[in-house]
Amino acid sequence: MSFVEVTDVWQSYGQRSIIERVNLDVTEGEFVSIVGASGCGKSTFLRLLLADETPSRGEIRIDGGDPAREPGRERGVVFQKYSVFPHMTVRDNIVAAESFPSGLGRFFGSKLRAARERADETLDRIGLGHVAKQYPATLSGGMQQRLAIGQALTARPRILLLDEPFGALDPGTRIAMHDFLTDLRAETKMTVFMVTHDLSEGFKLGDRVLVFDKPRWDPHAPEAFGATVTYDFDARDGGMPFQHILDWYPSLAAH
Amino acid sequence: MRLINRRPDRPTAVLLAALPFVAVIIAYWIGSEIRLSANPSDKLLPAPETIAATAKQLFTEGDRRTGEILLWSDTWASLRRLGIGVAIAAALATFLGVLIGMLPYARRTLSDFVAVLSMVPPLALLPILFIVFGLGETSKVVLIVVGITPFITRDLSQRVLDIPHEEIVKAQTLGASTAVIALRVVLPKIIPRLIQSVRLSLGAAWLFLIAAEAVAADSGLGYRIFLVRRYLAMDIILTYVIWITLLAFLIDWALKAISRAAFPWLEEGL
Repeated sequence: MSFVEVTDVWQSYGQRSIIERVNLDVTEGEFVSIVGASGCGKSTFLRLLLADETPSRGEIRIDGGDPAREPGRERGVVFQKYSVFPHMTVRDNIVAAESFPSGLGRFFGSKLRAARERADETLDRIGLGHVAKQYPATLSGGMQQRLAIGQALTARPRILLLDEPFGALDPGTRIAMHDFLTDLRAETKMTVFMVTHDLSEGFKLGDRVLVFDKPRWDPHAPEAFGATVTYDFDARDGGMPFQHILDWYPSLAAH
Repeated sequence: MRLINRRPDRPTAVLLAALPFVAVIIAYWIGSEIRLSANPSDKLLPAPETIAATAKQLFTEGDRRTGEILLWSDTWASLRRLGIGVAIAAALATFLGVLIGMLPYARRTLSDFVAVLSMVPPLALLPILFIVFGLGETSKVVLIVVGITPFITRDLSQRVLDIPHEEIVKAQTLGASTAVIALRVVLPKIIPRLIQSVRLSLGAAWLFLIAAEAVAADSGLGYRIFLVRRYLAMDIILTYVIWITLLAFLIDWALKAISRAAFPWLEEGL
């Protein structure tokens, strides 16, 4: 069953074609890595998934719903930078994920206390309990991204979008963050799209790796054609395909 | 060692900071001495002792008829006008700035208008304000508002536009409405900048205040200066000028202190 359905999506800014003919079916719970050279439209594609931009052609549906026209609670997002609110404490950042849909964007009284308790539980689970009262700027890059992911998941989105979330982290922290994300995903069974320029990261975390590239290239008009999905790898089982083919087609075992 | 890499140590720094002040005082003192030795009744550069004596008298002794200490009542009248004017300007500019910065429709409607408005020299409007609002308090307050609102508005709307798009998108993915984004994301990030902006426009606000008071008023620091100018009372004028400078400096310092205390997240990097 397809959960996220991308049908014939094109995106161009004026004469500049960025993305063309992207078709995609993603099942619920799948982790899709998106890789490609810089400027190949992978971030644009993520913005389209986020509904921060509307495609010039085609549509993107989640669970058969109407195509979104603006970002909403269905889609959680973590960017490389600026993913948490610097003017709120770590705990308030988590509470904000619950309180923002309310009229004033703020909880009061017992509701606030309850939300704070839940936020503290979340923070303990993602290992940030000891810095609950600090401001994000005092945290290390890895901790800030962990907070950003925790905040995004607190809003219980249908899909989680990650735009080079670990791009600015040092290698050691990055590996720790991979483990963190893997654990969290095993827990939540979240459908994830992750843009990365680190191939090994894409293959390590993803169930599926999409490569964006320009199949058509006019040297006299490099902007005439956009990029599309040129490869769609199955990255499960260490990237070796057909490891479970006997489960799918038991009849093959007879031969 | 290159000049750009030479840094004064702490005592030298304090000494250097004091140097221009001391130089001005000495220069004044010498000039005053030269003039007074030529003509002991010279009024243009009164001796520092004369100024000190006048200042003491102005701060402590009441008016001969009413017993009211004029300097304090002038200070109160001026600060009231300044405070009301700046407060209204700040509130108005915050509202407009957030509107222009956040909503594309408001931006299209207002941003060019505010840009043109900020080019109108406010002092040229003063006669109009006096005609429309009369010679009372209103016209003086309005002059300050008209004078500094466009500047603060433009500054704040630009600050709103400078907020990383990622943060606005993030707030939307958490389900925030436009109003919630304004209240919980934009305003908290803008208020420190507002204080900064108010600090920068306080100089202009004082200018407009004193100009308005000079033209038509019956009290106020600017009024008093222009009144005693007729008697060439330099000692009083200088006392008032020093007092106004001190007030402006204290207000600026207080705003800075407030901003530091109220927004700890700004201090911690960013």
